[in-house]
Formats: sequence, C-alpha cells, structure tokens
Amino acid sequence: MPDASYPDDLLYHDQHDWARLEGDEHAVFGITWYAQDSLGEVVFYDPPEVGATIVKDASYAEVESVKAVSDVIAPMSGEIVEVNDALEDTPEKINEDPYGEGWLVKVKLTAPEERGALLGADEYRKMLEKA
Amino acid sequence: MALDAGPAIHSRRPHGRCRRLGVPASGNTLARLSLRSTPLREKHVELGAKLVDFAGWEMPVQYEGIREEHSAVRTHAGMFDVSHMGEVEVEGPGALAFLQRLLSNDVAAIGLGGAQYSCLCNEEGGVLDDLFTYRLGGDRYLIVTNSANHEADLAWLGRWSRQFSDVAVRDVADRYAMLAVQGPHARGILSRALGLELPPRMRVARGRVGDRPALICGTGYTGEDGVELLIDPEVAPPIWAELLDAGVVPCGLGARDTLRLEVCFHLHGNDLTPERNPIEAGLGWCCKEETGFVGAEAVAQARREGPAEQLAPFKIEGAGIPRQGNSVLADGEEVGVVTSGTFSPSLEIGIGMAYVRTDLAEPGSEVEIDVRGKRRPARIASRPLYRKEK
Repeated sequence: MPDASYPDDLLYHDQHDWARLEGDEHAVFGITWYAQDSLGEVVFYDPPEVGATIVKDASYAEVESVKAVSDVIAPMSGEIVEVNDALEDTPEKINEDPYGEGWLVKVKLTAPEERGALLGADEYRKMLEKA
Repeated sequence: MALDAGPAIHSRRPHGRCRRLGVPASGNTLARLSLRSTPLREKHVELGAKLVDFAGWEMPVQYEGIREEHSAVRTHAGMFDVSHMGEVEVEGPGALAFLQRLLSNDVAAIGLGGAQYSCLCNEEGGVLDDLFTYRLGGDRYLIVTNSANHEADLAWLGRWSRQFSDVAVRDVADRYAMLAVQGPHARGILSRALGLELPPRMRVARGRVGDRPALICGTGYTGEDGVELLIDPEVAPPIWAELLDAGVVPCGLGARDTLRLEVCFHLHGNDLTPERNPIEAGLGWCCKEETGFVGAEAVAQARREGPAEQLAPFKIEGAGIPRQGNSVLADGEEVGVVTSGTFSPSLEIGIGMAYVRTDLAEPGSEVEIDVRGKRRPARIASRPLYRKEK
C-alpha cells in the first residue's frame, strides 16, 4: 500500500472523491487515498453504464471491500463516457494506485462551473486533519 | 465516496455493511472512554491495527489486511486476541444437573478435560447464545460466552441456578485473556515457542503459560487446526510478543469473520437469534431433548414438525457480494434473508448464509440475492463452503 498522498493537480469532494479536469468539458473521477485506506482491500467495483447521467453529490457507483460496501459520490455532474473496465479483474488497483490505474470513470461535464465548489489539495488535507 | 465507516461520515444504508465490524473507535475520545479494551490493546496499536467498536469492546478488525491474515491462517498460523469473549465458571455437586437443565447438549457426556458445543435456549427454544463448555474438574465447568451476550447469559444462568441448591455460578471473565492460535502450523509453533503440551481437538488441558496457570483448549472458530489459550491477562502482552517473534501472524476480527463463514460456523446475533430455534439453524445435532433442557419441548416440536425455513449456505455465481439483510428470491418471490455475507478470500466469490424456505434449502437450489437492488444469481451449497484440498 502506498503512503498517504493528495496530488496538487486534483480537485476534491468532501466525501473523499477526486476529479482531474481534462480541458473545460471532461474529467476523470476516483476515490482518494483516505477513502481506500478507510475501506480496506477493495474486492469489487460496480461501475455505472457508459451514457449514464450522474449528478454532483449523488452516488454513481459502488466499491466494496471484504468488510464493507460504499457508495461513490460524484464530485461534479455529467455523462459517463468511459468506465475503467480493468478494475473488474483488478479492483485492488483502487488501493494500490488510487490516482492512476485506480481511476473509476471519465465524464463529459454538464456543469463545469461546479468545480468552484470543490476543494484544493491543501483544503482537503486540512479537512482530514480536523476529522 | 460515502464511507459506511469512519468518523464524521454518515452511513447512507440501513443494510449492506458488515454491522458487526462497527465504526472505528479511535477517532472519538468520548466514545473510546466508554469502550472496554483488552490487555493487548497497546500491542495492537504498535502493530498499526485498525481498532473498532465491537460489542462495546475496542478490538482490532485488521492489521495488514483481511486477505493476508485470512491466508496466513489457512496456510500457516495466525493469532487472534479474543479476550472480549466471556467466561463463566459453574461449580458444585449440582453443577452437572444444573448445566444439563440449561444447555442443549448432553453435558453428562463430557468427560474430564472434555469440551462440548451447545446452545443456550429460552423456553420457546430460541437461541440465547451458543457456547463451548469445558469440564475442568469432577464438578467444575467453564463456559465461554459471546461478549455481546455475556451479561445476559450470566443473569439467565444466575436466575435458573436458584432452583439448584448446590451450584455456584461465577463471572470469571476478568480472570482470563483469550488468544486463539489457528492454522496448520499453529500447534507446532506453539509447542516449540512456549514449550507447551497441547491437548487434542475438543479437549482442554491445564498448563502454565508465562509461568502462570492457564487453560489450553483444542478448539477454534476458523476451520483450521489450532488451540485457544485462556491465560492470565498480565502475561498476555509478553506471550503475544513471543508468538509474533515465532512467526505467528496477528489477525483481526475481519479475518475471523471470513474464516468462520467459509466453514459455515454460526455467529450469534447474525445467524442465531432468540427468534430462531436450533433446528432451523441446523444445530439439531447439539440438541438432546431427552435431557430436558430449558426449551427442549419447543425444540422437539420443531424437529417433529420440520422447520418452515432453514439456514443454508450459498455461493454467488458471478459478481456481487451478499451482505446481512439482503433478500433471497426464487422466481421473483422473496423466500428468505441473508444473515451473514462476505467476500470469500479463499474462493474469491461472494458467499453467505441465509434462512430460506425449507424446500429451497437443499444444495443445488438456484436462488437470487437482492444485493442493493441488483439480483445476483446464487446457488445453495453444502457445508462447508470451503474445504481444504488434501
């Protein structure tokens, strides 16, 4: 398991999700180091369908560890354009590389201005320290 | 991400998480103050364990990871701090008659140094607890209770003991730390590291551990060979350290749950409750109604009439992990409920146990499990779900 990290180039949702903006209209989503650590070894990822509409602050997928299941919350609204199919066979990538090979979905954003409500890496780290 | 566990994170679901694993206990000072801890708490913290609230006890749910710990017990040797379990001593000339009246099994069949599994039933035949009884002396027995039931069991035993003039029931939970050392290499390592003579399976022996009197029990909850040590709480930390040095892998309650479910051992509170009788639960084998135990008439009736529902193990076919509370469906109709469900590290599929309509409880029956709105095909299987390759 890697050490705790929260890359500066990502935006964070307070429910422990990250978004990597790609241009003005697209983003990649995943869960943070803190989320995967709290959950433990991920053994199952239940992705949404490509084409599905997702809404900021609502659940769009599920990840399960041996002991618990968790909703994955959308940090921004949009339409799913790609899901990380490789996680079907290797869900542990969510633990091993949460910001890289453990990405969950790619999304075409329908409200790019929602980025303003997300946290920077420093703000997210501060939030975790207070918790 | 909405984590079901964690401080300041709310759960969104009534069902679906492993309730018994609780919430982390380390985040909230007030919550921690009200939790009981075992003599090994510092050892767990040193090892970086995740501590959770389990039945009012602050217990390690995992150290390095559930899958690794699970595999250590299946292939090598693991140790569990189960000091939260309760102990009750029953002693006196009337001890046998008293226990025969309270426990579902034939207590007279326990020889000196013997061990026996049984249910503690209410008058309606409902299961108040499931327990191991060890015969330590001619008229001296030790019962090991589930921590969540310990106080209620004590009250129940105490109440019934008043009808017997010559028996003493004593809470001796504070006298023991309990360490389960399990796995194919557990016995070898234990006898080498601690110089112990180990009793065979289903026997108990007196010995000395850490130069204090101890009980060594040939029992466990993992489906592997091994022993459970009842030792002086003061010597628990050095013994833990010694076993760690000898290569025994520390294992948490997470692995304990996956291990026991793979071999279909019941967990009281999940698979056994006061609303279910031992016949439905598949525990008719440890009920000897002719001994006249409390609840025997109800159990005899359930056996005679046959239960409407039975506890059955199942395997998910394909994706999906069943959880406690999920509905079981057949032809689109609800036919039962999951009482325990998890991901099986050995089989790498979702497994569980569920109370299902008796006609569907046979191995091979095809059902569906409603896993949070998704119907996952499953098949009723025979016990145990996991069997070691010879």
